[in-house]
Amino acid sequence: MNLFKLSWKYLTFRPLSTGLNVFLLALGLAIITVLLLIQDQFEKKMSQDAAGIDLVVGAKGSPLQLILAGVYHIDFPTGNIPMDEAQKLSRNRLVKNIIPMALGDNYQGFRIVGTNHDYPALYEAELQSGALWIKPFEVVLGAEVAVKSGYKVGDEFLGSHGISVGSHEHDANKFKVVGVLDRKGNVLDRLILTSVESIWYTHDEGETEPADSTANHEEHHMVNLQDSVAVIGFPKTIESRDLTTLLVQYRNPMAAIQLPRLINSGTSMQAASPSFEMSRLFELLGVGITLLQGLAVVIIGISGLGIFIALYNSLKERKYDLAILRAIGASRGQLLLLIFLEGIMLTFMGAVLGILLGHTFLSVIISQNEQGVVGSLQPWIFLKQELWIVVYALTVGVLASIIPAVAAYQTSIAKQLTKA
Amino acid sequence: MLFESRNLEYNHPGQKTLVFPDISLASGESLLVLGKSGSGKTTLLNLLAGLLKPKAGEVVLANKDFSQMKGQEMDLFRGKEIGIVFQKPHLLAALNVKENLQMAHFFSKKKGQDIGQLLAELGLSEKAKSSVLTLSEGEAQRVSIARALANSPKLILADEPTSSLDDENTEKVIQLLKTQAAKIGAALIIVTHDQRVKAHIPNFVEVNPS
Repeated sequence: MNLFKLSWKYLTFRPLSTGLNVFLLALGLAIITVLLLIQDQFEKKMSQDAAGIDLVVGAKGSPLQLILAGVYHIDFPTGNIPMDEAQKLSRNRLVKNIIPMALGDNYQGFRIVGTNHDYPALYEAELQSGALWIKPFEVVLGAEVAVKSGYKVGDEFLGSHGISVGSHEHDANKFKVVGVLDRKGNVLDRLILTSVESIWYTHDEGETEPADSTANHEEHHMVNLQDSVAVIGFPKTIESRDLTTLLVQYRNPMAAIQLPRLINSGTSMQAASPSFEMSRLFELLGVGITLLQGLAVVIIGISGLGIFIALYNSLKERKYDLAILRAIGASRGQLLLLIFLEGIMLTFMGAVLGILLGHTFLSVIISQNEQGVVGSLQPWIFLKQELWIVVYALTVGVLASIIPAVAAYQTSIAKQLTKA
Repeated sequence: MLFESRNLEYNHPGQKTLVFPDISLASGESLLVLGKSGSGKTTLLNLLAGLLKPKAGEVVLANKDFSQMKGQEMDLFRGKEIGIVFQKPHLLAALNVKENLQMAHFFSKKKGQDIGQLLAELGLSEKAKSSVLTLSEGEAQRVSIARALANSPKLILADEPTSSLDDENTEKVIQLLKTQAAKIGAALIIVTHDQRVKAHIPNFVEVNPS
């Protein structure tokens, strides 16, 4: 027998009240845990995915949408831009490099991105098997896509039009898997990469079907199928073609000042900076996060009050017990410690349960949302800040036990025992 | 003398000063403290247990003067050398019978009597693992006696231990207290107004609100 065991016996002697208090505290702490985890991983992920991209150029519309579609591949693209205008931009001396992108197709919700080899190079992607695409309709799968679809190098599949599941399939040309990327925990995991040409030719097929098929189109298409595609720079074409977005790298800091203004006012395209738009997004989300944090603090406050009331009430019933303990040799200090231990054990259980609950919540959210950005978060990563949650909880426990513990300290045994 | 009290006086706030008769007991002796309700019997018991500080006079157990000890030292001394049986059993409801007795060992930091054997002597062996809430009144009072005995104290104080018991249980409880006190060589003081107890213990002092 020791004080720990005695405290524990008292706690388990009132399982309902103890359970309720632990659960209430755990709930508050779980919310904070989820917020911590999401905030930490989200921001890390967001900045990781946007690393190396100074500016995103696309059709006019919402700049935030352009960033979400062009960098994170979660929103719809703003529209198309003519390629000759994009090429004109690439000759600007402020531009170091431009990665062209053609979006608009998906395979079971995973986006098919037409681009060049600079794009995987931007994220320092490594191949798990196979090689990068060289010919039209050759694709490289992100790690996540490969796992979910089960496709390996050599397999073929049909893409669907649009960027969400359930739209019509492009059945004329099959994509052929030539490579699979290593898992890096970034946006590439969820993408299917191919050449810009593949995207163009898929849509040519779609256009020929309704009416205006021309011999020229067919010929052109047949020829290109044998050719290699452009692995760097812009794809070569004699026609006027469209792109969806451009990822721009600056040559020097001057570009950050001049280039966006130049594009926004001088062309039909718009430019958006990922870092600026993301901080705007976090500002918008900030209100919701603050609200949730406030709610969590209120819940924790209530649970602290609950613990205080539970300890204080049980103290009234236990004045005899405390007097007896004194009579068999316990000191005032030991009784003080006994009550503090109860509060601390209660909140420690709440903290552990809360952290586990938080991680469980997050893993449920993730399993509900596999193809979104949230889907690539890791629910079972433990952060250093979670230790602070334990510290907060124990502080609540100590605060809630102060008054009951002092009352226990001051209990007069002679009076208690002779009141009978 | 194992235990002595001399010239004890106590003053409840706003009341007349109580003056108590002197007590002196050798190892193994027993004594009744008699008196009407409100005469100050329980106050005397609290003084003898070191739970209250007297206004005047002294209490000495095994050559230790209570007035020389304070706070934690007194608590620990009480836990080691004084066993108290209260009017009601006052067992700790969250613990089972055996754990209640173990608490006495823990807080007094003394490895007193073997608990299994003690329970057997008191006829409570089968109840060792039971919740104290399932005990009858008589059983509960015997457990509280076992708790008082657990540390082999030098002084056993009992405050009206039989007031809520029937004749049969009263007999049992008194016999238990006497035989156990004799066995461990403790002085036994029983505060009571119960006529049934007087038949067993001839020695007595009377407390009068003079």
